[in-house]
Amino acid sequence: MRFLRRVLLALGLPVVLVAAWWFGSAGSQDFYWPSLSTIVDAFGRTWTWEMFQEQVFPSLWRLLAGYLIAVVVGVALGVLIGTYGSVRALLEPVLEFLRAFPPPVLVPAAILLSGIGDRTKILVIVFGCVWPVLLNTIEGVRGRDEVLSDTCRTYRVTGLLRLRHLVLRAASPQIVTGARQALPLAIILMVISEIMAANEGLGFTVLQFQRGFQIPEMWSGVLLLGLIGIVLSLLFRVAERSLLGWYHGQRAGQREF
Amino acid sequence: MVAVAARTSRVTGRRFRSVTLGVLGLLGFALVLEVAPRVGIVPIDFAPPTSQILVTLGEQLGQPSFWTALLRTLLTWANGLLIAVVAGTVVGVLLGSLPVLRAATATTVEFLRPIPSVALIPLVIVLYGPTVRSTLVLVVYAAFWQMLIQVVHGVVDVDPVARDTARSFRLGPWGTVRYVIWPSALPYVMTGLRLAAAVALILTITGELVIGSPGLGKEIDNAQQSNAVRIVYALIVVTGILGVLINVLIRQVERRVLAWHPATRAETVEGVGVR
Repeated sequence: MRFLRRVLLALGLPVVLVAAWWFGSAGSQDFYWPSLSTIVDAFGRTWTWEMFQEQVFPSLWRLLAGYLIAVVVGVALGVLIGTYGSVRALLEPVLEFLRAFPPPVLVPAAILLSGIGDRTKILVIVFGCVWPVLLNTIEGVRGRDEVLSDTCRTYRVTGLLRLRHLVLRAASPQIVTGARQALPLAIILMVISEIMAANEGLGFTVLQFQRGFQIPEMWSGVLLLGLIGIVLSLLFRVAERSLLGWYHGQRAGQREF
Repeated sequence: MVAVAARTSRVTGRRFRSVTLGVLGLLGFALVLEVAPRVGIVPIDFAPPTSQILVTLGEQLGQPSFWTALLRTLLTWANGLLIAVVAGTVVGVLLGSLPVLRAATATTVEFLRPIPSVALIPLVIVLYGPTVRSTLVLVVYAAFWQMLIQVVHGVVDVDPVARDTARSFRLGPWGTVRYVIWPSALPYVMTGLRLAAAVALILTITGELVIGSPGLGKEIDNAQQSNAVRIVYALIVVTGILGVLINVLIRQVERRVLAWHPATRAETVEGVGVR
C-alpha cells in the first residue's frame, strides 16, 4: 500500500502532464505548436543513427573533453592555490574578476582568436567551467580538518600520499559541488558555441531546423537537448554517489545524534 | 591592552598584506595581457593589449548608444530576476510547507530542472522573435530553479521545536510563515538570490548574443560581425565588471538583511548551479 502510494506520488504528476500535452495538442493546427504525436514522429525520423554519428556525438565529445579538462585543471590549480596562502591572496581578486564574466561572451573572443573549429569550442567550455571547480577546490583545500593535518604531520605523511589521502579527500565534497555547478554551464556553452561558430553540431542543427521553419523537427531537437541534460545529470549523480558515499554516510551518521 | 593592540595591529597587518598582494595580482594580470600581444605570444590583431582595450572602453563610455545598450541589459536582467525571485519564493514556500505537494512534484522538478535553458532558444525565437520577451523567458526559466530549490531547502530546514512552539501559541498560518518560516529560510533565500542573480546575467547576455534582443550582448555580436576587435574586448570587459558589481551588490544586501543571523552558513547547498 505504502509502495503503491509512493509510486503514485512519483509518477502521478509527470504522467498527467505528458497526457495533458498529448491530448491537449492532439490535432493541433497551430503551425508553431504541433501536436506531441507529430513531434514524437519527427523525433524518430530526424534523430537516426547517422544523424547521431554526424551531429550529436561530435557535440557530446567536445562537451566531455572540455568538461573533463576543466575539472582536471580546476582541481590541480585549486590544490596549488589553496595550499599556499600568499598565492591565494595574490590571485584571488583576479580569479573573482575572471569568474564574474558571463561565459558566453567569451565565444566571440575565442572565435576571433582561434577560428570556428573544435579547438575554439572546447576552449570556451574549459574557460567557462573551470571557475566553479577551481574556486570550490580552493575552499575545500583551505577548510581541511586541522586535526587530520596535524596527524599527517606527526606521522610524516607527505608528498603524494598526503595529497591523495588528506588534501584531495578533504576537498572532495567541495570539488564535487564545483563539478556539479560546472555541468550545466558545459551544456550551455556547447550549444552557444555551436550556434555562434556555426558549422556543425547539435546546437547548429537545431537552429537550422528553426531557420528552415521545420517546426516539428525543431521541437524534437529541443526535446533531445532536454533529454541530454537529464541524462547527464543522472550520470553525474551516479558518479557522485560512488565517489562521495563515505561522506554522505558520515553526514547521515552525524545527523542522527 | 597592549596584547589587544598588538593583536589588532597584527590582524590589520595581515589584511593590509593580502590587499596589497591582491592589487599586485590584478596589476600583474593586466601587465601580462599588455605584454603578451606586443611580443607576439598571441596575435595582436585579434587580442589587443590591455591599454588599447581600456582606451576603446573610454571611447565607448562617451557614446549614448553604449549607455542605451547597458541600460537595456540591466533592465532585462532586473525584470527577469524579479519575476524568477517572486515566483520561486512563492512556489518554494508552498512546496516546502506542504509535504504532500512536495512529494507529488519531486520527480517533475527533478526532470524539468536539468533541462538546459539554451534548449529553449530556437523555441522562443520562432514564438517571439528577436525581442526582449524571448530573452526574458530564458532568464526567468534559468533563475527560477535556483530560487525554488534554495527556498524549498530553507523551508524544510525550519527547526521542528520552533514550529511546534508556534503551533502551541496558535500563531496561525500567516503568523507561522511570517515569524517562523521566513526568518529561518531567509539565509537560503539570500543564497538563492545570489545564484539567481549571476545566472540571470549569464542568460541575459546569452539571449542578446544569440537571439539578438537589444543590449550589450547584441552590441558584442555586431562588433564581432564587423570585425571591430577592440570594441568586442571593451564590451566583454564591461560585462565582467557588471558581473563583479552585481556580486558585490548582492553580498552587501545579504550582509544587511542577515546582520542578525548568528551562524555563517555554508554557501554550498545541494543542487545549486547554472542551467
